[in-house]
Amino acid sequence: MTAATPLQARLAEARAADRAALIGYLPAGFPDPASSIRVIEAMVAGGCDVIEVGLPYSDPTMDGPTIQKAADRALAAGTTPADVLRVVEATAATGAAALVMSYWNPIDRYGTERFCADLAAAGGSGTITPDLLPEEAGDWFAATDAAGLDRIFLVAPSSTDERLRSTTAACRGFVYAASLMGVTGTRTQVADTAEKLVTRTRAATAETRLPVCVGLGISTGAQAAEVAGYADGVIVGAGFCQRVLDAPDLDTGLSAVRAFAEELAAGVRTRR
Amino acid sequence: MTSAPPAASADAGGHFGRYGGRFSPEALVAALDEVAAAWETAKNDPEFQAELAELLGSYTGRPSPLTDARNFSRHCNGARVLLKREDLNHTGSHKINNVLGQALLTKRMGKTRVIAETGAGQHGVATATACALLGLDCVVYMGEEDTRRQALNVARMHMLGAEVVPVTIGSRTLKDAVNEAFRDWVANVDSTHYLLGTVAGPHPFPTMVRDLHFVIGAEARRQVLDRTGRLPDAVAACVGGGSNAIGIFAAFIPDTEVRLYGFEAGGDGVDTGRHAASITGGSPGVFQGTRTYVLQDEHGQTVPSHSISAGLDYPAVGPEHAALADSGRAAYAAISDAEAMEAFRLLCRTEGIIPAIESSHALAGARKIGAELGPDATILVNLSGRGDKDVTTAATYFGLVDQTEEPA
Repeated sequence: MTAATPLQARLAEARAADRAALIGYLPAGFPDPASSIRVIEAMVAGGCDVIEVGLPYSDPTMDGPTIQKAADRALAAGTTPADVLRVVEATAATGAAALVMSYWNPIDRYGTERFCADLAAAGGSGTITPDLLPEEAGDWFAATDAAGLDRIFLVAPSSTDERLRSTTAACRGFVYAASLMGVTGTRTQVADTAEKLVTRTRAATAETRLPVCVGLGISTGAQAAEVAGYADGVIVGAGFCQRVLDAPDLDTGLSAVRAFAEELAAGVRTRR
Repeated sequence: MTSAPPAASADAGGHFGRYGGRFSPEALVAALDEVAAAWETAKNDPEFQAELAELLGSYTGRPSPLTDARNFSRHCNGARVLLKREDLNHTGSHKINNVLGQALLTKRMGKTRVIAETGAGQHGVATATACALLGLDCVVYMGEEDTRRQALNVARMHMLGAEVVPVTIGSRTLKDAVNEAFRDWVANVDSTHYLLGTVAGPHPFPTMVRDLHFVIGAEARRQVLDRTGRLPDAVAACVGGGSNAIGIFAAFIPDTEVRLYGFEAGGDGVDTGRHAASITGGSPGVFQGTRTYVLQDEHGQTVPSHSISAGLDYPAVGPEHAALADSGRAAYAAISDAEAMEAFRLLCRTEGIIPAIESSHALAGARKIGAELGPDATILVNLSGRGDKDVTTAATYFGLVDQTEEPA
């Protein structure tokens, strides 16, 4: 049995406190590499337990317009995988658990073993790979195991029970439940597919009690509270990016980000 | 009319050796599985095959003829050049073969809405056509840049009842249209089929689209045998995503004495970095759902492609081509914009055929093969599309627009 990662520790703490964990996403390098660290510090100061550090990619097929814009800005600012790892290091230094969220090709290109070793060395807990299916992930299992990293795959409302079983069995840390059939971005209400998926996923993980965290379309404290009623973690991304995009300057953006994180942090402690 | 699709060259997961497979969001797995299962059933169903064959015959105009290009041959070192005339198909290119098959499959799956991506507009027009014929709703994603360059094809799609959505993110070209189509699909998968236009993307698209274009090579192989009494020495096709090339190659892959040549878009030259030659100038990676050769930088970010031909202007290639390149069964080389346009001009003047600029890459390639194999060789060229859509580009390229504006 390997030692618990910071991610596993944060999720266990939240579970012990009978609340959901708050997981915030930001592309590294958005709006530029140095400023992205300050945004993440504001997210953690406002109450994020876990940060998904995005590796910005040129072809983000699962992201809606807001995160596309943020990733474009990060790439235009010259963000490289080395910058991403520096942001991970700074994130881990805040006390929050740091994950990397990346489309597969940049990791494939970097080299899976080297990526895992460097991520672990930077203090990262693991990865979320939204376009890597477990059946294509042979080398990835060995590389993440060797580095002691958590390995998070996604399940969706369209997943069959059989796939819920096999995909959650491939996960370590938590399983990312996509609340709806669609891309990232804010929505006016939580999809009614979310709770049903969590229930089905829990049935598939009855033995391991793998934490189930829900993302896509959650962007208010009330929505966070609603999802916290049935999930172990609430994942928010576009709402943070939008506040930075809307702000006339970085300091205004940081205040808005922190206030938003506080609103969500209150939500995950309410559990409606 | 149609011949049986080839035996599977991919494994059950759609892998061609180390290439292919499925790199997609979990949310699309159920839909991809549904398409794969529907296609497996349909391709072995005589009723489906009869329906498709009837359309290919009476609507598309198959079999497409084989033309002996006797005059153009003089510009190929005297080698005999046989043109497979996919340009004479309804809607003007090979694209309709795949589109009709997938549109019929859409109806079998009980879906009512079709989405598609298009670059030059050929696949979009073919898809809009099939949807008009079969009563399906149609939305075509097209890079904003391309909607401007190909305004006439946008108008054609509108006339056929399709909605054309300009894509205003990323590089605003074909690859971004594909991204946007995937985003639409994941949100509307219950009602919608994504009618992908080439042999790329996640499994089952590379094999299904190949199967639907197999008719090109099956017809051509028979026609060449009937005409010449033997197999050709070489088969040439242009390669962007690679659907017309796989379509004509597939029938000849077992004929190991027949050389297969794929010609990629070399743009300003592969060494300039401004090209779309994914195999010649790219490296293996994962892009838009499949493992294949990709134009990418050292960090795995996609590098924008460049070609005078919008239909070849794509930064990756179908995974089966990647496998054929690595195994050496097919050879791939780049043709520059200038070489393609010279071949375009030659075919117009010597044969009275205006080829698509895409297909002109294959014609330029045939000239090189002729130089290599000599005057006794027979070269089968897939003339994948006609050049009506390219007249503005060609007129600008050759300075014809300025000439007509000058006083005589």
